[in-house]
Amino acid sequence: MNTDTDAGTTATTRRGLSVRGLQVGFGDRVLARQVDFEVRPAEIFCILGGSGSGKSTLLRVIMGLKTPQAGQVFYGEKNFWGGDEELRRDIMRATGALFQSGALWSSMTLVENVALILEQHTDMDETDIRDQALLKLALVGLAGFGDYYPSQISGGMRKRAGLARALALDPGILFLDEPSAGLDPVSSRMLDDLILELRETLGATFVIVSHELQSIFTIADNCIFLDAASRRVTARGKPSEMARDRNTEINALRFLTRGAGGGEREVPKA
Amino acid sequence: MQDSSQGISQRPQNRVLMTRPAPDSLSVRIGGQWRMGDVSPGREGELGPVLSAIEGGGVRRITLKAETLEQWDSSLLVFLVKLAGAARDSGITVKRDLPNGLARLVDLAFAVPATVDDKPKIEKEGLAASVGARVLALGPAISVFLVFIGEFSQSCHRLLLGRAHTRSQDFFSAVYECGVAALPIISLTSMLFGLILAFVGSVQLTQFGAQVYVAGLVSIGMLRIMGAIMVGVVMSGRVGAAYAALTGAMQANEEVDALRAAGIYPVDFLVLPRVLAMTAMAPLLTLYADIMGVIGGFLVAVTLMGLNPYEYLNATVQMTPFRHVLLGLVYGTVFGVIVALSGCFHGMNSGRSAQAVGLATTTAVVHSIVGIIVATAVITCIASALNI
Repeated sequence: MNTDTDAGTTATTRRGLSVRGLQVGFGDRVLARQVDFEVRPAEIFCILGGSGSGKSTLLRVIMGLKTPQAGQVFYGEKNFWGGDEELRRDIMRATGALFQSGALWSSMTLVENVALILEQHTDMDETDIRDQALLKLALVGLAGFGDYYPSQISGGMRKRAGLARALALDPGILFLDEPSAGLDPVSSRMLDDLILELRETLGATFVIVSHELQSIFTIADNCIFLDAASRRVTARGKPSEMARDRNTEINALRFLTRGAGGGEREVPKA
Repeated sequence: MQDSSQGISQRPQNRVLMTRPAPDSLSVRIGGQWRMGDVSPGREGELGPVLSAIEGGGVRRITLKAETLEQWDSSLLVFLVKLAGAARDSGITVKRDLPNGLARLVDLAFAVPATVDDKPKIEKEGLAASVGARVLALGPAISVFLVFIGEFSQSCHRLLLGRAHTRSQDFFSAVYECGVAALPIISLTSMLFGLILAFVGSVQLTQFGAQVYVAGLVSIGMLRIMGAIMVGVVMSGRVGAAYAALTGAMQANEEVDALRAAGIYPVDFLVLPRVLAMTAMAPLLTLYADIMGVIGGFLVAVTLMGLNPYEYLNATVQMTPFRHVLLGLVYGTVFGVIVALSGCFHGMNSGRSAQAVGLATTTAVVHSIVGIIVATAVITCIASALNI
């Protein structure tokens, strides 16, 4: 029914993204202001922050689900919020998103969930689409679960199925909103491994909102810390280095060291 | 009180003992058993004497001891926290000699200071203010609805261009849901309505010996308007509520966001097939309801009023010009559009909680029924002006 994802847009999302002077919030309330950062291609970038610091809202703005109060988001050279809706839709099509709850379409089976995106955005025929969808499910370790409905599988499997759906069109950038929240330690570890694996093999860029320390230390190349009190980015860098650095801003340090703040600190090896 | 002192002493225990070792200091000894339900730790209970001593003035220091404490639970904690709070407010220093766990729990209760300004505001407003607020809220509500209508129109435009993100299987399953699956309940309600019309009419018409006009009463009543209204009301409960609940739950579960993030227009995918299915099915259901209503009237006329079946059917055809059927179909189609749009609109704009989805569903049904009645009035005026 639709035209192919245009190759130019996919190339755009392969060139990373940058956020300049972004301000997000609801109505008169500002959740985060003057957010600046750059995500390089094939980087795993984490947005950290305590509850209520606006990190999920920031992600929604970058993903294109919510308009910013000020500032710009650039995909490659393309000004995301400065352009028209057509441009945004093209870029959104070339990115993948995993929502906090998985947000699988509950009236469809797992394979249909993945296939829907392919049906809508490509001219592939039905059997190719099904094969492609099954492959994406197999990549996340859900081979054989294609005909299950989202309500019939566990929370961890739903997260992985959500990731398979996000991978449907081989996006250049993947947005993950709290991927390991609510998962048991083993599932959470498996998801981290999967993210690293996908970065290695597909060369995808990841922007992840998280507050699971273990997973942050394991996977993140770079991060920003949003401070809930000052509503700004107060620290940035590679999490494991930030945790060792005495000059890291105190709230960020407390976040990364589970409140220890200074003195004796245990930092898991990256 | 009775069994709180098992085997130790039958009289009420002295849980709190106060002494004044010096004029500016107060010594409080806590003892005995503290169990929730047996003891009242607040101002009306054990804390009362201590508070009146503090409020009496002159106390600068309090020493707390708990040597004779036997058993305790959160009731003692309430006592201590309230005491510590009162002491802090009056600038009294408290020296504690308490069991370790107890002291830590008291500290934990004070660890995070109570926030004063973060309380959710519950504004009590007068009549004028609340009327004003409601009127002011009307503007944004209308603009949200207009945005929805705009998105829906764009979606229809894309459908005509063949570029809409609509799946035919969604359309057909919606057709089944609001068409075939609704037949039993439409049969029941419409046939009963035909029966009722015939009964009510026969009482009056028999007095003039004009029983045969029951045929015209039932057929014109059903075909011109009542068949469509039966369909509209039943569909707003069946289909409108289902649409609102489904899209509302999808909104709450971020499924609508997931569609947008995947570059799929949610209105194309969720709203368009359902509104189209309802619009296509409403006239057919209206026609079906008309027939069932006429059958209902026929049953009453033939079995209870003793009219000749052939005569009745003949009168029905004679007395009902075809324009009534067409007007009924217009009513039915308009009602179908109202029900489907109202359901989808409230579902798509639902909040993200279980309560919000429930509210969206209720509002969808209420608005579609109000919409049906308003539309009936408007179409009836137009029809009478045009002499249809």
